[in-house]
Amino acid sequence: MIKTQNELSIARNEAVKILGSYDCRILVCSGTGCIATGSNKIYEIFADLVRETPGVTLEFAPHDAKEHEELVGVKKTGCQGCCELGPLVRIQKGERVVQYVKVQPDDCKTIFEKSVLGDEIIESLLYHKAGEAFVRPDEIPFIAKQTRMVLENCGHFDSESLDEYIAAGGFKALEKAMFEMSRDDVIEEIDKSGLRGRGGGGFPAGRKWKQVASQKEPVRYVVCNGDEGDPGAFMDGSVMEGDPYKLIEGMMIAAYAVRAENGYIYVRAEYPMSVSRLKLAIKTLEERGLLGDNIMGTDFNFHMHINRGAGAFVCGEGSALTASIEGNRGFPRVKPPRTVEHGLFDKPTVLNNVETYANVPKIIEMGADWYRTIGTENSSGCKTFSLTGAIENTGLIEVPMGTTLREVIFDIGGGMKNGAEFKAVQIGGPSGACLTKEHLDMPLDFDTLKKVGAMVGSGGLVVMDESTCMVEVARFFMNFTQNESCGKCVPCREGTKRMLEILERIVAGEGRDGDIELLLELAETISATALCGLGKSAPSPVVSTIKNFRHEYEAHIYEKRCPAGACQKLKRFYIDPELCKGCSKCARQCPVGAISGKIKEPFSIDLEKCIRCGSCISACPFGAIKEG
Amino acid sequence: MSSSFDFTVVDQVLSANNNSSQYIIAILQDIQEHYRYLPREIVPYLSEKLGMSEAKIYSIATFYENFSFEPKGKYVIKVCDGTACHVRHSTPVLEALWKELGLSKEKHTTDDLMFTVETVSCLGACGLAPTMMVNEQVYAAMTPEKVLAVLEELRGRG
Ligand SMILES: Cc1cc2nc3c(=O)[nH]c(=O)nc-3n(C[C@H](O)[C@H](O)[C@H](O)COP(=O)(O)O)c2cc1C
Ligand code: FES
Repeated sequence: MIKTQNELSIARNEAVKILGSYDCRILVCSGTGCIATGSNKIYEIFADLVRETPGVTLEFAPHDAKEHEELVGVKKTGCQGCCELGPLVRIQKGERVVQYVKVQPDDCKTIFEKSVLGDEIIESLLYHKAGEAFVRPDEIPFIAKQTRMVLENCGHFDSESLDEYIAAGGFKALEKAMFEMSRDDVIEEIDKSGLRGRGGGGFPAGRKWKQVASQKEPVRYVVCNGDEGDPGAFMDGSVMEGDPYKLIEGMMIAAYAVRAENGYIYVRAEYPMSVSRLKLAIKTLEERGLLGDNIMGTDFNFHMHINRGAGAFVCGEGSALTASIEGNRGFPRVKPPRTVEHGLFDKPTVLNNVETYANVPKIIEMGADWYRTIGTENSSGCKTFSLTGAIENTGLIEVPMGTTLREVIFDIGGGMKNGAEFKAVQIGGPSGACLTKEHLDMPLDFDTLKKVGAMVGSGGLVVMDESTCMVEVARFFMNFTQNESCGKCVPCREGTKRMLEILERIVAGEGRDGDIELLLELAETISATALCGLGKSAPSPVVSTIKNFRHEYEAHIYEKRCPAGACQKLKRFYIDPELCKGCSKCARQCPVGAISGKIKEPFSIDLEKCIRCGSCISACPFGAIKEG
Repeated sequence: MSSSFDFTVVDQVLSANNNSSQYIIAILQDIQEHYRYLPREIVPYLSEKLGMSEAKIYSIATFYENFSFEPKGKYVIKVCDGTACHVRHSTPVLEALWKELGLSKEKHTTDDLMFTVETVSCLGACGLAPTMMVNEQVYAAMTPEKVLAVLEELRGRG
C-alpha cells in the first residue's frame, strides 16, 4: 500500500531495482493494430519459451530468482508506432534495444535463441528501407523524426504495470502538485504552459480549470473525453490502452487543482481494450492506495469511473457526453450555460480530451517554461496524429506543433505508397477539411489551420492519392454526419440530408447545373444555424473540397466523368482493339448482353446497356478491357 | 409481461450496477452482452425496478446505435467503413461478406443466427486498413478473399 509520500518513494525505488535486475526484456507490442496481426500469440510463444528453458526465469517472480539465473521479462507494451509493420517486438538489454518487425510465430524461437540468450541480431527481421537495415527503434526514420512526449512510454514498457509506470517517473508530477504546489499554483502552471485542448477546439486548458475552480458550488467533476469518434483517428485509444496510468495521473492533477472528488472517463464502444486496460489500472491504483480517500495521507479524495459509449458520434460533444454519463440520450444542449458552470449532474465540470490530460504530468514535472520551448508561440507542446491512407508508413506519430505537413507525410510517413502522386490529406475528420499540395509547407498548429478553414481536430490524417475522388470523399463524410445527426435541430437533421442527396446524385452521374451553388448555400445556412458543433462543422468537408477541387465536381456534373476513376456509376469500360483477340469470353460473361462482336475480331461495349459491373474485366484473358 | 422469461441475468446486471437508473446505459450494455440483443421482456421489468418509464428506456435504447431489439448472430462482424478504411477499399470487403452470407444493407443477420454483418466507423486500427471486428477480435488488412477465409474458419468453429 502506498499511503504516504514516503511510501511512494519506497515503491519507486523498489520498482527501479526490480526492473534493473532484468538481463533481457522481450517487449511485444499489444496495441489494437498489432493484436490484430497476431501479437498475442507471439507473446504467448515467448512466455512459453522463457518458462520452458532451464536457467532462465520469467519476470513474474524476480524475487525468487536463484543466483546465476538469467532473468527475462516478456511484456505487453502499448503501441510501438509503425502499425503496418506488426507484430512488432523489441529485445531490450539495458540500453541496447533491437526492433524486430513483422514477427511471425515461427520466428520466435530463433529470436529467443539468437537475440535473447545470445547477442546476435537477426538481419532479416530488422526494418529495411532502401537497402539499409535499422537496428534500434529510434534509428528508424519513422520514429527518429518524431518527438514523443505524450507517447513517451508507449512501446517501452508493460502498459498494465503500475510498477513500471512508477519506475519510469510516474506519479512524480502528482507528488509535486500535492506536496510542493498549491492548487492555484497548479492551475497557474497549466495556464502558463499554454496547453490547449487536443480534442478539437484548442481551448486553453488552464482557463477552463480556472473557471471551474472559481465556482461557488463545492461539488465538481473531472471528465475525460475518450469518445474519439473521428473515423480514421486512433491516438486517444492508443494512449488509453498504451499508457493508462499517465492519463489517470493527468486527471488526478486536474481533480486536485479544482477540488473534484470524482472523475469519469467516457470511452467509445469500439475500444474494448481501452476499457479493460483502464479498468485494470483503476483497480490497481485502488488496491495500492493511490486512488480513493485520503490519497497519500492528505485530504485529497478521488474516485474514478469508466463509462462505455454506445455508438453515437454526437456523444463526443461535451454536453451530449455528460448527458450520456448521466444515463440520458446523448443530446447536445444550447450553451450557455457552459460545462464549466453546469456540466455533469449540473455541477461545474472540467471536460478535457484524453491527450490534453496526458500532457499534464509532463508540464507539472518539467514546468511551463520548459513546455513552452516545444511547439509554436500559440500552440505549445506536441500533437499526436494517426497517419493513415495511401502512405508508405501508416501508424501513430507525435510531433511538435508547427511541424509541416511535408515533414509528416514525406519524412516520417516515408512518402506516398507505391510512389503514387500526393493529392490531398483529410484532417479533422467529418468536421475537418482537406489540405492539398499548396498546404504542404504550412505549419500544423491550431491557428494556421483555422486560417485555411481546416482544424487540427482530433488528429486523424488520412492521406489520399490520385485514385481518390474528392467528391466521393465529401459524400462519404456527409453520409457519416447525416447518420450521426441526433435529430434535435432542423438545420442539421434536414440540411445534411439535402446535401447528401445532392452529393449522391453527383457521384451517380446525375448532377445538375447549379448543384455546386446549392451545396454552398446549404452549407452556409447549416453552419450558421445548427445547434452544436456537429451540425456547424458538418458542411466543412464539402466546402473545402469544392474550394480545392471544384474542377472534379464540374467534371462529374457537366462531363459525367470521374477524373479519379473511382465513382462506379461513372466508370466507362472499353475494349482495347489492339489487345482484344475476339474470343467472346467477355460477351458471354456480360449479364446484360452489352458486349458484341465478331469472333476473332475486336469486340465492343454498348455503353447504353453497360451496368459497369466489371465482370467482363475478370473474364478477359488478355487484359483488353479497360476503364477510363 | 411474459411469464416464461428468466430474469436471473437481468437481476445480476441490476445489482452489479447499483440498481440505479443513472447506469441505464451500462445496464442495457451488460444485458445485451449476455443475450447479444435486448429481449423486449426486459423493458417493463427494468421500468419497474429502476423507477423509470418504459418510454424513457426505449428512447435510450433506440438512440444509441449499439442497442438492438433484434436477435443478433453468434458472430457479429463489424466491417470498418471509417475514412482510413474507406480510402483503402473497405467496400469490396463488405460486399463480399454480404454476397457470401446472402445479406444486404437491409438484412443484417443470417436466418440461422450465425452471422450478423454491420458497419462501424473506426476500430482504432486504421494503420492496418481495411479492418473488421468479429465479436471483440480485430482483423487487419482485409481483402475480399481473406474475409471469406475468416468466414470459413468461423464456420469451422461452429
Ligand atoms: C460532434 C462533436 C464530436 C466531438 N467528438 C469529440 C471526441 O471524439 N473527442 C474529443 O476529445 N472531443 C470531441 N469533441 C470536442 C468536445 O466537445 C470538447 O470540446 C472537448 O472534448 C474538450 O476537450 P479539450 O478542450 O481537451 O479538447 C467533439 C465535438 C463535437 C461538436
Ligand atoms: S478507419 Fe477503419 S479502423 Fe479506423
